Amino acid sequence: MLRYTEDHEWINLDGDTGSVGISPHAIEQLGDIVFVELPEAGATVAKGDSVAVFESVKAASDIYSPASGEITEVNEALLDDLSAITPDAAHDCWLFKIKVSDAGELDEMMDEAAYTAMIG
Amino acid sequence: MGTRQTPLYDFHIANGARMVPFAGWDMPVQYQDGIKAEHLATRDSAGLFDVSHMAQVWLSGDGAEAMLESLTPTDVGAIAEGRVRYSLFLNDSGGVLDDLMVARLDGTLQLVVNAGRAEHDIDHLRAHLTADVEMIHHEDRALLALQGPKAPQVLARLGVDLSGFFFMQIGHFTIDGIETIITRSGYTGEDGFEISCSADRAVQLATLLAGDDAVTLAGLGARDTLRMEAGLPLWGHELDETINPVAAGLRFALSKRRREAADFPGAAAIMKDWNNGAPRLLTGLLPQGGRPVRDGAELTLNGELVGLVTSGGFAPSLDAPAALGFVDAALVEPGTELMAVTRGRETPVVTAALPLVPHRYIRG
Repeated sequence: MLRYTEDHEWINLDGDTGSVGISPHAIEQLGDIVFVELPEAGATVAKGDSVAVFESVKAASDIYSPASGEITEVNEALLDDLSAITPDAAHDCWLFKIKVSDAGELDEMMDEAAYTAMIG
Repeated sequence: MGTRQTPLYDFHIANGARMVPFAGWDMPVQYQDGIKAEHLATRDSAGLFDVSHMAQVWLSGDGAEAMLESLTPTDVGAIAEGRVRYSLFLNDSGGVLDDLMVARLDGTLQLVVNAGRAEHDIDHLRAHLTADVEMIHHEDRALLALQGPKAPQVLARLGVDLSGFFFMQIGHFTIDGIETIITRSGYTGEDGFEISCSADRAVQLATLLAGDDAVTLAGLGARDTLRMEAGLPLWGHELDETINPVAAGLRFALSKRRREAADFPGAAAIMKDWNNGAPRLLTGLLPQGGRPVRDGAELTLNGELVGLVTSGGFAPSLDAPAALGFVDAALVEPGTELMAVTRGRETPVVTAALPLVPHRYIRG
C-alpha cells in the first residue's frame, strides 16, 4: 500500500513494515543532491519527526517520518552514488524501513491519485 | 506586488527554465540540466545568463563625476573613456549600501547595480542629484552575461572584433545588426562579457548566442555557485550597511587619491580599518565530511564564537561543499580548523584563501 505525505515523502507498507522515500516531484524540485543524511537503524521515531536530511546545491531539506515506529533498516547503499537519486528512480530510492506501530496513521494519508492532484 | 519579467521571460520558459521570484523579478534559477551542469559548462566552455534584472543607470552632465565621487570611494575622474571600475555606495559609518560597476562610454557614466538594491540605489542617486547631472534608468535595455573561456570565440564567430579589448573595458559592438554595449567583465571569475542591448532585441541576441554549440544556458543558481567559488561578494551576504569594505577584502575598490583625501562617506571608519586591519575578515571555508554549511551558521573555535558564515552551498568545480564567511582576523590563515554550528549541529570547516577557484580574466 503506497501512501504520500503533504511533505512529499512516500511510504510503501508491506505487512507491518514500510519502506520510505521521497517523491519524484520532491527529487525534481531539489535539483542536484549533494549530501544525504540517513537515520540510524534501531531508532524509535514519531510521525512527523525529522529523520533524514537532503542537501541540494542551494538548500537543505528535512525529511519527516510518515509514520511512528522503529527504524529497522537503512539504505546505506544510496549514499554511494547520489546522482542515482533521480525522479525516475524515486520509488527504488528508499531511505529506510520502519516497523509501523499504528497502521491507522496511514489512513489519513494520500494515495497516488490524491498526491498527484495535490502537486498539480 | 507582482513580479516583473525580463524581456527574455518567454525565452526562458521555451528553454525549460525553472522560474523563481528573485528581488521582485521572475528569474530562471536553472534550466533542465541543473545547477551543477550549468556551472561546469560555464567553467569549461561558456554559460549564458540573463541579468536584465540588474538596473542600468546612466549619469551624464558636468556634475556626474563629482556626484558619483560624493557617494563612492572611487576615483571616478580617473576612469578613462572605455574603462570599467568596480565601486561601492558607502554610508557615513563606512558600511556598504550596494556594490556596482561604473563604466565611462561616450563621456557618460554607465552604472550597473544589483536588482535587489535598484530601488534603493536610484533613490540614493536621486537624493544627491545636482542641477548639472542627468540620470536615466534604462528600463528599456536588457543585459546578458556570456561567461567562460570560450566566450571570446563565441563572440568572434558572430563577427565581434575583440582585438585590444580586455578585462574591465567597455565598447560599442554590432552583433548581427544589433547595437550592443559590451563590457569584458562578469561575476563568475571567468573571462567573459556583459552585453547590453535594447530590450526589443534581447530575444534575438540571446537566441544567437545560445545557438552556438559552446554555449549553455545558465540560471541564477549557477551564477551564485560560480561567484561563491570566485570569492566575489553578494550584497546582503558578504556586503551590507554594517560591513566595512576592508573586512570584505575590497581594498582594491578604495582608490588611492580618495584614500589620501579621505573624502568619501565613512572614510574615518574605513581608513581606520585600512591602517589597523579589520577585526574580522572574509575568508573561504571548506566544510569537511561532505555536508554543506549555509548562510547564518556560526563559526566557533573551542566553543567560542569567532565568525559567521555568509554564503554556503556546494562548489561544483571543487566537487565539494564550500562557503564564505567572516572570521576573527587572527584566525583567517588558510588551514585553520573551525566548527560551523547550525541549530546545535557542528560541522568541521577549514579556512581557505580566496578565490577558491582561480580567476581567469584576460588582461591587456
